[in-house]
Amino acid sequence: MGSLLSSFGLNCGKEEVNEEERHIRANDRAFNLSRHYANNAIKTSKYNIFTFLPLNLFEQLQRLANAYFIFLLILQLIPQISSLSWFTTVVPLVLVLSITAAKDGTDDYNRHKSDKQVNNREVEVLIDGQLKKEKWMNVQVGDIIKLETDEFVTADLLLLSSSEPLNLVYVETAELDGETNLKVKQALTVTGEIGDSIENLAAFDGEVHCEPPNNHLDKFKGTLTLNGEVHSLDNDKILLRGCTLRNTEWCFGMVIFGGPDTKLMQNSGKTKFKRTSVDHLMNLLVLCIIGMLALLCTVLAIGNTIWETTEGSSFTVFLPSTDSSDPVLSGFLTFWSYVIILNTVVPISLYVSVEMIRLGNSFYINWDRKMYYPRKDTPAQARTTTLNEELGQIKYIFSDKTGTLTQNIMTFNRCSINGKSYGEVFDFSGQRMEITEKTEKVDFSWNPLADPKFAFHDHSLVETVKLGTPEVHAFFRLLALCHTVMPEEKKDGQLAYQAQSPDEGALVLAARNFGFVFRERTPESISVVEMGEHTTYELLAVLDFNNVRKRMSVIVRNPEGKLYLYCKGADTIIYERLHPSCTKLMEVTSEHLSEYAGEGLRTLALAYKEIDEGYFEEWRHRHYVASTAMDNREEQLDAVYEEIEKDLQLLGATAVEDKLQDGVPQTIEQLAKADIKIWVLTGDKQETAENIGYSCNLLREEMAEVFIVASNSPEEVREELRNARKKMNPRSGDEPTFIKSGILGKRSQVMQEEETDGEYAMVINGHSLAFALQKDMEMEFLRTACMCQTVICCRVTPLQKAQVVELVKKHKKVVTLAIGDGANDVSMIKAAHIGVGISGQEGMQAVLSSDFSFAQFRYLQRLLLVHGRWSYLRMCKFLRYFFYKNFTFTFVHFWYGFFCGFSAQTVYDQWFITLYNLVYTALPVLALALFDQDVNDRWSFQYPQLYSPGQLNMYFNKKVFLRILLQSCYCSLILFFIPYACVHDTVRDDGKDIADYQSFALLAQTSLLITVNIQMALDTYYWTAVNHFFLWGSMSVYFAVTFTMYSNGMFLIFTSSFPFIGTARNSLNQPNMWLTMFLSTMLCTLPVVAYRFLFIQLYPTINDKVRHKARQAKAAPPPTPRRFTRRRISTRRSGYAFSHARGYGDLVTSGRFLLRPKRTRPALFPVVDSPVTSTTPQTYRTITEEDESRSPTSE
Amino acid sequence: MKNEGEMANRPDNTAFTQQRLPAWQPVLSAGIVIPGFVLIGLAFIGIGVALFVTSQKIQVLETDYTGAEQGSPCYDCRDTSVPCVCRVNFSLSKLFEGPVFFYYGLSNYFQNYRQYGSSRDDDQLSGYTSAFTSPSETCAPYQYNSQKKPIVPCGSVANSMFNDSFKLYHVVNGQPRPVPLDGKGIAWWTDYNIKYRNPTVNGTLASAFADTVKPINWPRPAYDLDTTDPSNNGFQNQDFIVWMRRAALPNFRKLYRRITEGDYANGLPAGNYTLEITYNYPVLAFDGRKKVVFSNVSWMGGKNQFLGIAYLVIGSLCIVMSVVMLIVYAKYKFPEDEL
Repeated sequence: MGSLLSSFGLNCGKEEVNEEERHIRANDRAFNLSRHYANNAIKTSKYNIFTFLPLNLFEQLQRLANAYFIFLLILQLIPQISSLSWFTTVVPLVLVLSITAAKDGTDDYNRHKSDKQVNNREVEVLIDGQLKKEKWMNVQVGDIIKLETDEFVTADLLLLSSSEPLNLVYVETAELDGETNLKVKQALTVTGEIGDSIENLAAFDGEVHCEPPNNHLDKFKGTLTLNGEVHSLDNDKILLRGCTLRNTEWCFGMVIFGGPDTKLMQNSGKTKFKRTSVDHLMNLLVLCIIGMLALLCTVLAIGNTIWETTEGSSFTVFLPSTDSSDPVLSGFLTFWSYVIILNTVVPISLYVSVEMIRLGNSFYINWDRKMYYPRKDTPAQARTTTLNEELGQIKYIFSDKTGTLTQNIMTFNRCSINGKSYGEVFDFSGQRMEITEKTEKVDFSWNPLADPKFAFHDHSLVETVKLGTPEVHAFFRLLALCHTVMPEEKKDGQLAYQAQSPDEGALVLAARNFGFVFRERTPESISVVEMGEHTTYELLAVLDFNNVRKRMSVIVRNPEGKLYLYCKGADTIIYERLHPSCTKLMEVTSEHLSEYAGEGLRTLALAYKEIDEGYFEEWRHRHYVASTAMDNREEQLDAVYEEIEKDLQLLGATAVEDKLQDGVPQTIEQLAKADIKIWVLTGDKQETAENIGYSCNLLREEMAEVFIVASNSPEEVREELRNARKKMNPRSGDEPTFIKSGILGKRSQVMQEEETDGEYAMVINGHSLAFALQKDMEMEFLRTACMCQTVICCRVTPLQKAQVVELVKKHKKVVTLAIGDGANDVSMIKAAHIGVGISGQEGMQAVLSSDFSFAQFRYLQRLLLVHGRWSYLRMCKFLRYFFYKNFTFTFVHFWYGFFCGFSAQTVYDQWFITLYNLVYTALPVLALALFDQDVNDRWSFQYPQLYSPGQLNMYFNKKVFLRILLQSCYCSLILFFIPYACVHDTVRDDGKDIADYQSFALLAQTSLLITVNIQMALDTYYWTAVNHFFLWGSMSVYFAVTFTMYSNGMFLIFTSSFPFIGTARNSLNQPNMWLTMFLSTMLCTLPVVAYRFLFIQLYPTINDKVRHKARQAKAAPPPTPRRFTRRRISTRRSGYAFSHARGYGDLVTSGRFLLRPKRTRPALFPVVDSPVTSTTPQTYRTITEEDESRSPTSE
Repeated sequence: MKNEGEMANRPDNTAFTQQRLPAWQPVLSAGIVIPGFVLIGLAFIGIGVALFVTSQKIQVLETDYTGAEQGSPCYDCRDTSVPCVCRVNFSLSKLFEGPVFFYYGLSNYFQNYRQYGSSRDDDQLSGYTSAFTSPSETCAPYQYNSQKKPIVPCGSVANSMFNDSFKLYHVVNGQPRPVPLDGKGIAWWTDYNIKYRNPTVNGTLASAFADTVKPINWPRPAYDLDTTDPSNNGFQNQDFIVWMRRAALPNFRKLYRRITEGDYANGLPAGNYTLEITYNYPVLAFDGRKKVVFSNVSWMGGKNQFLGIAYLVIGSLCIVMSVVMLIVYAKYKFPEDEL
């Protein structure tokens, strides 16, 4: 019903006032009120106590399903047509309406509560020359309000003044766009001068003209007229509702947009509704069923016309019917009568049940302890409750890298100093030990400035530092000096670093712990505490990093007055610039580097040199010239840098681990086994992405080939793609083959899967991707990419991420899933069929737009292989059974039509018809859809292949539907004709006639109910107590209700409603009846058993095999998943690969950072006191089932 | 890092939330299915044999007396506008074991026609006098007569009540000797005692029917249905109740009388019989047929060849199927290790 629920979602209540321009006067409530702008009260609720019932009913009745019920009800009120009593429709309708109303009511109550809470927040408002506490909802446009640090911004404000120099204000916009880094806003100087003087503020009479309310978060256009002068206003001067004030003692602002006009509110409530493929199929099927219904009714109506002509007209002796004069009219009326009777083929209660099942299965996700992340106290969350079964059909996963596959945490793991490698732990026999959480950490307590969260395990390095070995000191001094990190002193005196890239932060942090503490920087100096001694270096130049140079250097003057150049960079680059005297050291270090790279670590080589004062002065001059050159400044600077960075002395190398999230390689291996293709879409550089690809098992050494597409022209890209495809499948034709689309012909072309000879992967860079995504090449790209097991796209923009997803969605008939953690993943999360957000990392934006969220990538395998698979299985079983039971139920009427003069006489008792779907068969199928599992979660992990039937849509498709239709036809024939044949010419054991209508109805309906319940039993794989209870309970309830309704008491009270009095008592004591029921139920179910048994023997599915295996292994639990051995990677992938962009060099030297952060910096960059400080480094650990299942007992 | 202790959001560890509910997981294995089919097959055959044998023992005698064909005894009575009596003779070569049940049967008669079936008023039939003055709408056109007087009992079902009557004579030594027919207890107990109630009015039953008219086709009003037995009148008339329990199928028979008394308590002895039929009920207009049926019953009810044969056939099919499945299982038993 989701689709139906949504269609009347949020578009109510908002009056569109066409506002051309907003004109506000500060401190002039009278004027502002006259313009009728919305005040700051918000209302997200839809109803109040009085409007709830009428409005909600009205909304509900607009839904297709309910409208259908109403239509039926109207039909039933026409006496000529009414073939069923009104209650058969009213009872389910009321039930459905009240369930939905209850749900809507609770939702709205919660909205009321949150509205009230928000509206009643207090803020200081300047009223009549003084600050008064006022509730948010009473704040008017034009009011001047005072905000203090860590307060939420009340409304969209024009910033007037602030406590900070230059009228700056820092805000966090997490609630708006999910970014947790601070943004800076700056007030106009004219208003900033007012400061916090209340008199001046009260006298402030500026007039604002600006754009009407809109939802562009990053745009604002307006003017401020103050004392006759016009100042232009832009987004920089606006504080938006939803932001939080940070690091700013106070600020004053004037309300521009209030409540519903704020950009936050204007942006809310526009969620694109996603529907599952099962939904689409269901809609199609419902259409088919309606067609079928029409067909059946037409057949019966024609039958009626013929019957009336030939028989009915002469039967008038006993039935002088008013319309018998016109058989055609009678046929017409019969058509509608049969529409009423046969309406149960269009399973309207289906939508309600489907919603309930999805909801239930969503709860399982929320409840799953194995997807709960204790470190962050984050459980998994199903934010959309309507997509569960789609989780069992995923074919493509689009993943972000940073924060999703990796933790975005760099840890300083190893280093090589002067030819000696540190960082590994050996036991007494000299054997290398695996580092686990339990391994003893180095004690840094000797260093008061050490960060307690930093972990290192090799004691020898500390000893060496303490001994004062000069090379080791130089090594860490370099790390403490050569970087663009900015320090931040927290209130409690804690030192925190703000690093542009986390790996740089990791290196500085390492230096800090080893006694070289970077304390402070100014544009001209760097203060370091070296082994407890305060030392200040004069910073003479920063030779910044860029992609070509792949290194950065600083030139400093130490307290002794000597000049040094410190350089770190990619090993190959540094090696080219070393002094020949280092050759020997170079060889040793090279070995170490290879070793580090083999472990998937990111390496850097470090070098230094002493510089001659005179040479430096000369160089400095040239540097100045280059840096002020108008043309080719970059090239000139590079050349100047090149000059001085030579003849370096090698110090050593560092190895930083870009920590993968726990269990990523295993998860990817599992998903690959489940035949899911994984595409990584990352903003990173190609090298970085490749590195990660190898370390998390996406790219494997045993792959036949990894294609790299990195060309700069469309032709080359096309050529590369084509070559790659030919290599994968030489038989692949030039033109893609398309699958003919179905009857309802979607316009898009659906591409066929193509075979490959082995496993391939493709890495494509940003440039090439841009070409590949162009209209004329996208098919070429898609074809090639889809033949690869893995695709890695580097340097992808958020827009391209969405484009890639859309491309696959459009031309492949597959279900896609996008997973990411940051604001840049939002577009792809929204575009994919299923969006998954990693919660707890970079802000909330990705989570907010996702359908499912959890804290760790590794939970994805549980989400898909267990929850998704089960959800899909359950949903399909549910649908199959649901259609089966309704068809069987309904078709019996059709057959009966031929024997009752097509008069729309029902076979069953009307109460049975009313209660069949609601009571007698509702719960067992619900239990099936909530509890069934083919095999448990361990087996699901053991055999990821179990996932593939979902991808191929095998459990519920048109073919399956047709089979159900046939089965239902067969069963309904049996259920009508067996009782017919059994009773038509016989009598009861007391000689009374047996074939009266009421006994026959009871016979047919009891047989039907037993049959569908046996079918349910055959479909149930997993019999919990609940299944038993519901199944047996339903049967008992049926008999109890039947005996009650057919009892004397009910008849005496409601005479005309329960005419079946005594039928149960009189019929169910007949052996004949029971023998007939037994016969018909067996005839309905035995063929199913035989068919299934033979099918399992002849064509066993993977499912059958695993179930068989599971059964055999019942005594012994399945083998624990094999330990994942970390593979050593032979190729060396090292280099200064991790920096995302040009460094902070300019900023650091310019001193501008003191005023505001660099604006052009992409928002992605990790954050202030980098996660390094907030998480202990996690050592590599195999995630085993035992590990977690044991945890509950350890509580 | 948060303290490991505070795990406020940690989901509960119950078998239900973690989907670890203990469960029985049956599979359709050969060990269950094949023996199952054999057992069911044997059971079916057993039941089938019993049913078939029992059914064979039951005696049934059917005679069509519609009189559609020229030369048949009731041919002259086809025109029902005038009262007519016809006689059908038959002879029994051996004892027709008692108790013998006497049915009348109608063919091609659509008592299950929807509008026909709903054309009645259960309130009226339960004796609520309010429904006497204003019968239910569903009774139309037999709700009121042309003078706007309410018809009681209203509706098509009542109006079309079967009104042929029968007398059975045993011809002994050329002399017809009436066979006593028992008309009591031929309707369901619940119908006779609960569903159909005569109005409780002081005075005579007839006075309750004041201001109402009898159904158009009826010769006498409801309170005077049985002229011989005053207690068998009104709605609580056995024949009426039997008729009102409408048939599910267009060919049906209804119990008319039982032969349980006097010399015939043990059945109808061999000999010649004459059935005297008062022919009133018109069926030829719609190609209907009328018949009388004499039958006795067993534990399984009346004669029913179909049930026994069906059980036998299906039982045999089950056995055959189990053999097929056994062969398939032995031959194709799916490889266990290959996954």
